[in-house]
Amino acid sequence: MPIETTRRAALGLGALGAGAVLLGGCSGDPAPERPRSGGRVRALFAGGGANESMDPHVQPLFIDQARHKALYEKLTQFNADMSPRGQLAEDWTVDEGGARWRFRLRAARFHDGRTVTADDVLASYARITAPADTPRNGRTLLARVDLGNSRAVEERTVELRLTSPTYELPALLAGTGMHIVPADFDDRDPATDAVGSGAFTLASFEAGRSMRAERFGDHWDGGARIGELEILSAESEARGNALLGGQGEYIHDMSATFARSNEDNPDVTVVRTPNSGMAAMAMKTDRAPFDDPRVRKAFRLLVDRERLVDVVSAGTARVGNDVFGSGYRYFDDDLPQRGRDLDRARRLLREAGAQDLEVALDTSEAAPGFVDAATLFAEQAAEAGATVDVRVGNQDTYFSDILDQGVFASYRSGSMPIPNHLALRMVSDAPQNVTGWKRAGFDEAFARAQATADEQERTRRYHELQQELHDDGGLIVWGYTEWINATAASLRGVERDAPPNTADWARFDRVWLE
Amino acid sequence: MTARAALGRLGVAAAQLLALSVLVFTATEALPGDAAEAVLGEDYTPQQAAEIRARMGLDEPPTIRFLQWWQDLLTGDLGTSLISGRPVTDLVARSLPPTLILAAATVALLVPLAAALGLAAGAGEGGRLDRAVTTATLVLYSIPDFALAMLLVLGLSLQVRLLPATAMGADGWRLLTDPLLLVLPVAVLLCRVAALLVRQVRAGTADAMRSEYAAHARRLGVGRRRLLLRHVAPNALAPASEELARVGDNLFSGVLVVEVVFAVPGVAGGVVDAVAMRDVPVVQGYVFVLGAVTIALNQAAELVSRRLVPRIEQVRR
Repeated sequence: MPIETTRRAALGLGALGAGAVLLGGCSGDPAPERPRSGGRVRALFAGGGANESMDPHVQPLFIDQARHKALYEKLTQFNADMSPRGQLAEDWTVDEGGARWRFRLRAARFHDGRTVTADDVLASYARITAPADTPRNGRTLLARVDLGNSRAVEERTVELRLTSPTYELPALLAGTGMHIVPADFDDRDPATDAVGSGAFTLASFEAGRSMRAERFGDHWDGGARIGELEILSAESEARGNALLGGQGEYIHDMSATFARSNEDNPDVTVVRTPNSGMAAMAMKTDRAPFDDPRVRKAFRLLVDRERLVDVVSAGTARVGNDVFGSGYRYFDDDLPQRGRDLDRARRLLREAGAQDLEVALDTSEAAPGFVDAATLFAEQAAEAGATVDVRVGNQDTYFSDILDQGVFASYRSGSMPIPNHLALRMVSDAPQNVTGWKRAGFDEAFARAQATADEQERTRRYHELQQELHDDGGLIVWGYTEWINATAASLRGVERDAPPNTADWARFDRVWLE
Repeated sequence: MTARAALGRLGVAAAQLLALSVLVFTATEALPGDAAEAVLGEDYTPQQAAEIRARMGLDEPPTIRFLQWWQDLLTGDLGTSLISGRPVTDLVARSLPPTLILAAATVALLVPLAAALGLAAGAGEGGRLDRAVTTATLVLYSIPDFALAMLLVLGLSLQVRLLPATAMGADGWRLLTDPLLLVLPVAVLLCRVAALLVRQVRAGTADAMRSEYAAHARRLGVGRRRLLLRHVAPNALAPASEELARVGDNLFSGVLVVEVVFAVPGVAGGVVDAVAMRDVPVVQGYVFVLGAVTIALNQAAELVSRRLVPRIEQVRR
């Protein structure tokens, strides 16, 4: 029973983001005369079957993230460049060299009418870090928050103390699975009774099928424009058919083929989001043959990035430059773009005594394009005299297999702040140190960068780390990939420049139906 | 059938189910990777994986886990999902209705359709109708389900907007109250399973029409219609009724494709998801229930085919 609401959304200043600093680009929509309110939007995402969950702290799938975003909020969230901006936090101050933070909360309400307080924030973080049956993504993000010594200063001011200083805390709190829920959240079953402070309230949820939510009239940001939101599970083929057949208004994660064939369809708007990830190969720098910097350099010079972009991503990616995070805060735009230089590559291999190098490249169908890119790369390496054997492994265990096995592998990453990427993959004890990058000097420099109060100075230090990786690291980044969604032409207010995990990605409180 | 024979059959069925559960458990265990890896996917870290394994009880030896599962089963409990922690009975019960509705609607249309077409084509062997039916069934049998589904969606939903393109978000109840949603999925399934069955019935009919007893009946002046319905049909349909039980396998793979293409959240999708997530208790639960259904259907088909052609009993008399 679709409920057609006729309540007018209280727009007020809401359209301007009510106090939040909007950094994202414009969405490409012409300025509307006046956004309409009411109506129902159906958004379709790849499903997770029975594993879909309304618990915002479990390891979420994209469809879960979209649903959680509608119902719950975090202290902070990401701009398009992965810099943090306040959501429930109105502003924040920091002292003690980055080890003590105070966040002032907005006057926000939960769906049951209670105020969102500092105690709720502390209880939510305690719930995230408590051992649970399901993996909780936020635990690693909160690793250095000392909850025992953190406290509620006032009803709406929370103080977080850290075990080691970092100026990246606001960005950590914006990560996946960091939502703020009421302190008594576990007294209810979120599948039937999810209480958050988001712009929509839960109407019904069935895992593997759909979530229905209705506009929350008491939202601090003036509330959503649409009256009803339904987020449904469907595989790619069905998502495309549903949009074309008028059974949905927003579809997430579509193929380049779908985008191409609907580019000129007047009923469909294809939404391409740049800077949504990287496509790469990872060399293990701690073992032969890639423990020799000359061999690494040679491999970075023999790859034809343009050709990989044209063939594997159908021209949708931008040419990569061997470092993660193009378009994100702290990215060093002055790094020279590396091109192909076969002569130099051959010379370097000769100098390293590796002119007849044979190396296995591990790949699998774990991600689209992996095998294609690996095969094409092997051909490119042959032109420089190196033999690359493509080994297609099991896709279900691929990402755990390549952590410590083999020497060379297909790799990719989604969007995350550059410091998170460094902490996750590039320090000696990083849990996903896929390039075997273990350098004490690098680790110290990274710790120093995070603990630098002055933003300009901090940025300079992050640039130095990227320069080292660009010259000497283990990643060959051949593309910065784009993300493709599509909407019905009648759906307006969808932000184009919003990579997955950012505030305006899968955001439905600002959309309206023409 | 005597009580002793019935008991014997039950025993055989139980043994089959036991064998099936051992097989499925071993097969799922033998797959590379486990639920912890599946949950973490791209975010896999060894430490997190170890924690999850410990909490899921995956650090127990497989035999222990298997015996545990059987112990629960004997108390009527199918266990809980490793991934979502929900009872397997719930998951199976939730995804059964849409699949059963799809399958039941298909079978309900399948039997009269296959019998009518097969008898008509077989009776006029070599005629125009026979050639048309033979060609059409061959073509439909050769088109992969997903291609047929795409063609139908393209033609009937996206071009002429006659039927909904997917059953997006519908549960079993919606499928029943909004039968338009069923038209395309059932059409695809029907094309898949009917083709084979029609050819079977047609072949049986043609054989029976050429048989001695049919010729004799004709000599005795039995009318064509009466001959077909009274004498030919039972003999032609007997092999087909056993084929009907085997339709189950075919139907299942068809249902899988249809569930994906039309976004029907049913059993086939549930099984595939569970296998992909290495969610052993859920895979076991689904297969156990499906196995029980299949065995029951096979027994029923055998009974039906005995009724149609009671040869074995005749010999004993």
